[in-house]
Amino acid sequence: MGLNIRQASVIYPSADGRPPVEALRKIDLEIVNDDFVVALGASGCGKSTLLSLIAGFLSPSSGEILLDGSQVQGPGADRAVVFQKHALLPWLNVIDNVAFGLKLQGVDEARRYEIARGFIKLLGLGDFETSRVYSLSGGMQQRVGIARALTCDPKVLLMDEPLGALDALTREKAQELILNIWSSTHKSVFFITHSVEEALFMGTKLIVMSPRPGRIAHRFDLPFSRQFLGGTPAREVKASREFIALREEVLKIIFSDEEAAA
Amino acid sequence: MTEHAYPNTQSKKKGIFFFLMKARATKPGETYGVPGQGDTLLLSLGSIAGIIFLWWLVTSMGWIKPLFLPGPGAVLGKFVDVWNNGFTNTPFLEHVAVSGARVFGAFLLACLVGIPLGIAMGMSPFIRGVFDPPIEFYRPIPPLAYLPLMIIWFGIGETSKVLLIFLSVLAPVALGARSGVKSAAIEQVHAAYSFGASRWQVMRHVILPSALPEILTAMRIGIGFGWTTLVAAEMVAATEGLGYMVLSASQFLQTSTVIMGIIVIAIIAYAFDLLMRFVERRVVPWKGRM
Repeated sequence: MGLNIRQASVIYPSADGRPPVEALRKIDLEIVNDDFVVALGASGCGKSTLLSLIAGFLSPSSGEILLDGSQVQGPGADRAVVFQKHALLPWLNVIDNVAFGLKLQGVDEARRYEIARGFIKLLGLGDFETSRVYSLSGGMQQRVGIARALTCDPKVLLMDEPLGALDALTREKAQELILNIWSSTHKSVFFITHSVEEALFMGTKLIVMSPRPGRIAHRFDLPFSRQFLGGTPAREVKASREFIALREEVLKIIFSDEEAAA
Repeated sequence: MTEHAYPNTQSKKKGIFFFLMKARATKPGETYGVPGQGDTLLLSLGSIAGIIFLWWLVTSMGWIKPLFLPGPGAVLGKFVDVWNNGFTNTPFLEHVAVSGARVFGAFLLACLVGIPLGIAMGMSPFIRGVFDPPIEFYRPIPPLAYLPLMIIWFGIGETSKVLLIFLSVLAPVALGARSGVKSAAIEQVHAAYSFGASRWQVMRHVILPSALPEILTAMRIGIGFGWTTLVAAEMVAATEGLGYMVLSASQFLQTSTVIMGIIVIAIIAYAFDLLMRFVERRVVPWKGRM
């Protein structure tokens, strides 16, 4: 059960006389139970393509993507996505944005506001239910985006660099918030980031991807998020010798990919 | 003498284009580097007052004969006269009502047809392929050029008048709606799909609302074209209307009536534009904010 990607490849057909591009080659990945899988890699390594595959925006050229044993056919609320930005609907206020997925599914108004209120509280937006989303700060907008995806009650929550547009301080706070929500909702998460520190801190599993063709080059199991949820302060986790050693190891892998590309 | 150490950085030349020459620090409360900031109401009122003053000056001094340009007083007097006694035996407000009905009727029809058509053109390559050539073909043609055709086809009655105005409004409204369809960010569309939206729901809940600002702007531009075309539409076989009033007054060299009619048309059009701006602020307060 959960999400299974088996030997999935994506090849973009040739265009303008250029040869076909192999965006992903034979990806095997399992996201089950409360896995928090983080994808990390140099730009162009296929992270976002992989997310599009899971979300169902893109179908694989070969291989298969199974959710609870059945083939993924297009996007659906069981795989709600949180984007980096520009994804909220400015004509709706906070609660209508959060309840948007439920509205699409035909849930009646009283019920969807009730559910939405729960997630608004969970994300610490209780005082902003009727605020215009464009009047909120970037960090709060992102929390609306997360609340909105959670109301869909997805089996796998997909996050495409959700914290990439936030300033460093807001970002660390948001990391902790996401981990706390993850541990209270027991969701599977697939999370893309460019930040090595963020990847190590948040994930239970890390995949480091390499470009040309996009593939999973390294896999790591990570203990750090559980340390944080067990009560160790975030900065202490991130300053531990183990964390720093792994951080440098992963950075080395990514830099060597970047250099190979340059 | 230290403040004159760099004589060229504080140029004393303050010509009319001084603001183009050199970057300056802003006052607190303004944003550095954003062109065109600031309130213009006072300047606009001043500009209007200046034009009226100049008008009054050149006419009352006798520099321009009343046949070519009657003074503001004469135009105002003509307005009061037409208001009280009507023009060619028709009350003034009836002229206004007839023209208003033609322009707003055609505008309403053009919106009812043009907005769905533009949206469909934005959403479907098939519909775009079919309707793009005819719209782009007739759009740049001056309405006066196809007015004869309208008359040959539809006669000299109301139909050809309203149709002429309708056509001049249709193109900008349809093209605005068409490009408005592209306003939604791909993230908004993808997010909606990932929450289980159908294609219809994405159109209804994401594409349409995000197209609204451009559609409203297109409607503002469209009604402007409508007023522009009004006079042409009332050129043939009209016995009522502001355009008719202006045209027939010009044939009798009643310049004061011509200018009065022009000002009345401008005021109605401007008032409607203000109304549209108000609607814009109420309906799409988020325009340009995300």
